Amino acid sequence: MRRAPWLWRGLLLVAILAAWQALAQPGLLPPIVWDNPDRAAFFFGEPVKIVRVAWTWFADGSIYGHLWVTLEETVLAFVIGAGLGLGVGLWLGLAPSASALLDPYIIAANAMPRVVLAPIFMVWFGLGIWSKVALGVTLVFFIVFFNVYQGVKEVSPVVLNNALMLGANRRQLLRHVYLPSATSWLFSSLHASVGMAFVGAVVGEYLGSARGVGYLIQQAEGAFDINSVFAGMLVLTAFALVLDAAVARAERRLLRWRPAQSEVEPL
Amino acid sequence: MGSAVSFEGVTCTFAARAGGAYTAVEDVTFSIAEGEFVSVVGPTGCGKSTLLNVAAGLLRPSAGAVRIFGEPLAGLNRRAGYMFQAEALMPWRSALANVTAGLEFRGLTSDEARRRGEDWLARVGLAGFGDRYPHQLSGGMRKRVSLAQMLILDPQILLMDEPFSALDVQTRGLMENELLELWSADRKSVIFITHDLEEAIALSDRVVVLSAGPATRPIGEFAIDLPRPRDVAEIRLAPHFVGLYDRIWHSMKAEVLKGYAQTRNRVAG
Repeated sequence: MRRAPWLWRGLLLVAILAAWQALAQPGLLPPIVWDNPDRAAFFFGEPVKIVRVAWTWFADGSIYGHLWVTLEETVLAFVIGAGLGLGVGLWLGLAPSASALLDPYIIAANAMPRVVLAPIFMVWFGLGIWSKVALGVTLVFFIVFFNVYQGVKEVSPVVLNNALMLGANRRQLLRHVYLPSATSWLFSSLHASVGMAFVGAVVGEYLGSARGVGYLIQQAEGAFDINSVFAGMLVLTAFALVLDAAVARAERRLLRWRPAQSEVEPL
Repeated sequence: MGSAVSFEGVTCTFAARAGGAYTAVEDVTFSIAEGEFVSVVGPTGCGKSTLLNVAAGLLRPSAGAVRIFGEPLAGLNRRAGYMFQAEALMPWRSALANVTAGLEFRGLTSDEARRRGEDWLARVGLAGFGDRYPHQLSGGMRKRVSLAQMLILDPQILLMDEPFSALDVQTRGLMENELLELWSADRKSVIFITHDLEEAIALSDRVVVLSAGPATRPIGEFAIDLPRPRDVAEIRLAPHFVGLYDRIWHSMKAEVLKGYAQTRNRVAG
């Protein structure tokens, strides 16, 4: 297991898919739950058909337009949400009176399930990408905000005093001490916040849109086409993995100064 | 010769978390002459760092005043460099960028800052390590970077708060010698805080002994008339060094025991 994890992981996946395919096969197993042999495939789909649907989407190129829209919404939601979170986090972190005033409201706003805002955003911003971006922003903002706020609060007082003694003025302290410290916290929440931007985009599409992978899933569901629903989920999962790998790459480049979790490992 | 730093009746009182007030230092009066290397020793937790923060202008005394070259200190002490006990390097800056930070804050061009930074890295024995980040350097190397970071700005007063206390004995000896060598080049005024009496005697022109806290105050001053240049490892064996050590330790002993008893009571209670 320790020597070839990928092999075992692959085998596990194959085993699960094979069991799924077998159980959904009409007539292969004697009827236990359903008397109609096609019922299992209707409710749960079949892995072979799911892959075939996904394959067709890529082969005829119809998926790319939807993926592009989803990507666009995710990136916009992340950039705007992270920018706002960084700005407000720095501001409240450095202004104790403002944070004392706004603290309960921020806690309340964060505790609120923001997905219910989606229909309101649709009224405000229409069915285009901006209602999805707005939903993503409300999800990303709080993750980034809390991390940056914490980052500002936890700047080492020694590093701060040292910078002061080296002659830094207020602006330079912000630029050279608070901002780098806050961004390091921002990047540590990067995986979570990109994931949230993605959730915002897909949920928004699902609730009402004309394009995007979430729309695709919603359409298939409306037609009881379970195989296409699962195919849409497959595409979303693959997309999320690619996004996550891109984030990990960016993180490694930008946080080169931070000690790795462990630079040596026991054999 | 005038005095570089003089404490005049400095008292620092803090509001204690449990209510009431805690007086860290009380009515401290002493001064450091220009070009003099003064060590301040005292039991742990006696408010040595408080005094240094007052001299740096990071902390305003509750009563009394500090004069820097005869002028009362208001705000930060711009003529002083401060070397902290804890890690003070900016972890997101490379060693070189840390050394040149002060020059950058003063608006020097990056080429000029870089040239002088490389020069200082070489002077503290870290040539070629400029692009390493602090976490990639050993504790001793980080202290050298801190030293260069302070000295590159050419401050007239050096405030050093147990700068080498976290280092192992061998590295510490090396760093002490290097500090003396750099210091002897242009004789800045130094206030060196330490709890290690041997270190204090080996480095200094004068040793100031503080009483145990709270309400710490100086209880003795000893001129160290050992010849310079010194090698800190060798000078510890000189008979005169041993004599000085005995005398100063004798005056400190009661305070150290008092400080120890207080710490123990605090832990027990």
